[in-house]
Amino acid sequence: MAVWKTHSLFLSRYINLFWQECCKVEDDIIFWTIHDIFLTTGWRMRLHEYQAKQIFARYGIPIPKGRIAGTSSEVRQVSEELGGNVIVKSQVLVGGRGKAGGIRLAKSPEEAEDLATQILGMEIKDIPVRRVLVEEAVSISQEIYLGITTDRIHQQPVLIASSEGGMNIEEVAQRSPEKIARCLVNPLLGLKDYQLRDIAITIDLNRIYLKTFMDIARSLWKVFVDCDAQLAEVNPLVITSEGRLYCLDAKIILDDNALFRHPDLADLRDTDGEDLAEVTARKYGVTFIKLNGSIGCLVNGAGLAMATMDLIKLKGGEAANFLDIGGGASAEKVAAATRLILSDPNVKAILVNVFGGITRCDEVARGVVEALAGKKVTVPLAVRFVGTNDIEGYRILSDSQFVAASTLIEAAEMSVNLAKGVVSEHPHQ
Amino acid sequence: MSILINSHTKVLVQGITGNEGLFHSKQMLYYHTQVVAGVTPGKGGEWVLDGKIPIFESVRTAVEATGANATAIFVPAKYAADAIFEAVDAGLPLIACITEGVPIQDMMQVMQYVRQSRCRLIGPNCPGVLTPGEAKLGIIPGSIAIPGNIGVVSRSGTLTYEVLYALKKAGKGVSTCVGIGGDPVKGSSFVDMLEQFEADARTDEIVMIGEIGGNDEEVTAEYITRYMTKPVYAYIAGISAPLGKRMGHAGAIIEGNVGTAAGKISALELAGVKVAKHPEEIVELIQ
Repeated sequence: MAVWKTHSLFLSRYINLFWQECCKVEDDIIFWTIHDIFLTTGWRMRLHEYQAKQIFARYGIPIPKGRIAGTSSEVRQVSEELGGNVIVKSQVLVGGRGKAGGIRLAKSPEEAEDLATQILGMEIKDIPVRRVLVEEAVSISQEIYLGITTDRIHQQPVLIASSEGGMNIEEVAQRSPEKIARCLVNPLLGLKDYQLRDIAITIDLNRIYLKTFMDIARSLWKVFVDCDAQLAEVNPLVITSEGRLYCLDAKIILDDNALFRHPDLADLRDTDGEDLAEVTARKYGVTFIKLNGSIGCLVNGAGLAMATMDLIKLKGGEAANFLDIGGGASAEKVAAATRLILSDPNVKAILVNVFGGITRCDEVARGVVEALAGKKVTVPLAVRFVGTNDIEGYRILSDSQFVAASTLIEAAEMSVNLAKGVVSEHPHQ
Repeated sequence: MSILINSHTKVLVQGITGNEGLFHSKQMLYYHTQVVAGVTPGKGGEWVLDGKIPIFESVRTAVEATGANATAIFVPAKYAADAIFEAVDAGLPLIACITEGVPIQDMMQVMQYVRQSRCRLIGPNCPGVLTPGEAKLGIIPGSIAIPGNIGVVSRSGTLTYEVLYALKKAGKGVSTCVGIGGDPVKGSSFVDMLEQFEADARTDEIVMIGEIGGNDEEVTAEYITRYMTKPVYAYIAGISAPLGKRMGHAGAIIEGNVGTAAGKISALELAGVKVAKHPEEIVELIQ
């Protein structure tokens, strides 16, 4: 699209990178860089397919007839209602459901029940399948890709469409990029009809489907805006052999920062696929990601937390977690965060690195002491306090076993030694 | 000279009566910043900070009465976009939004509007701007930097403080430090700030602090190759961060897998930037 071509000096390069990235993707999911997890408040919340479809249906996007079911007998019943020819789809929040055998076609209610028994008993990437979506099977003559997301380079929403949707959309993107149409949307104006006509031309859409296609795309835009979505996607949007359009798979990813506007959507959160410690952390408003090393990290600020992990690695250790206590953390929050670190049996030492500003070192120290109190096994601490009330912070810690560091690099080195069981030469006074 | 703010900048604080707004307004005043007004709807006519700072009902009335030409926004995330629109419409040339957690769609609307204006937006989710010895707009602690000729621009908060502190301990001064914030949709980029530092007579060299994710550093590397004559030093956080948390779908990331620390570091090194292995090493590189 013209608008796409003219935008930036460096654009062509990033389009190329996009295609390169696309071809690396195994199935219908992509990498979010760790940045998306570390550096935004909390997680981006993804909805289940059936939840997304319920929302789509409310906006008039055509969905195959179907229902959610939790037992194989329910599946049989739904299958009977739908005439026997159904597709049984596991509802778990990971990609690769199809490859794992979590999406199966059944020709009769009996077969549907059998398949449901298998699917409902399985785990996909360690996540138990608790529900399946049972839908009437449709005959597909064409699969279209249609999605709206945030284009971070242009800081605008972007609509993407392709005449060759489905599982292999990334291959298409690599093999024949001209088959992928995109257009940036002015968020103050919304999606315009001419843009959709342009998209339809680019993807060679048969004119008889234009009106329905435009209705669906307009509805998808409304979903994207109304839900404060980061992604609203129909893949595939199928044209059946009877010439009807259906949304066969649906994906919505929400912006956690906007959930205050959507309490109804916030209630849809499914924590099955999430680490328990990470769920607890979210409750206390700290960002915690479990990793595999032996040094627990307690740091204020995401960037500093990452730098701290980098330094531990530089000094030959491995961080057990990423933990950002945020700005101005209370003792209670810090205590909760410290308990999260201590709940990991791999943790052999803890590195507390706080650059005080809004965050007060004495408050952090109080929280750490509170969490350590009553613990039978003591985990040695390396502590570096700089800034607001740092001396008071060290004083509060004085009954605990800790070594004090004056620089970042020294703190990292000490924590690595502590984790290895090397006694520090500079115990605190 | 310096960039964005100096001792003549007249600062307005939106959300001045909130905890953070009040605390940091006080800090800005201690730093001898000309804080001339605050805005809190519903509290117009009151005075805060020992009767030194008048509160106004709206940004427009505050600007008319005081001639403020920069604003620091501390309002809660759900009102932040409205506060930025208000500042843009009041014609404030410099807006620093400190608030974190602003919804991305709000920010996309804001950016569409800001691009069509003459305003410079810093942030959101950023520590703001500090010109050591002159003024500060936002929350960067004034005590951790001394005046000098190094420009600092960063996507991170506390990590910026680390670098400022390390520079100060080494006796190195800073012309202006700008925290541009870590959000995916934000007002100013590294490139915007490098452009200003390049043109600033008091800045001789630049330190940039990046982190994994997004493509800012890669774009910046291209810009440095083409346009920068002053030396640039960098630290990129996140080299040890594991990849592999998978959450989204194909279309979700347009910019692709640019964003690893290793990729950013090699792009910057190709552009002639010296990249430090850890934040404190930046000081050694500059020597």
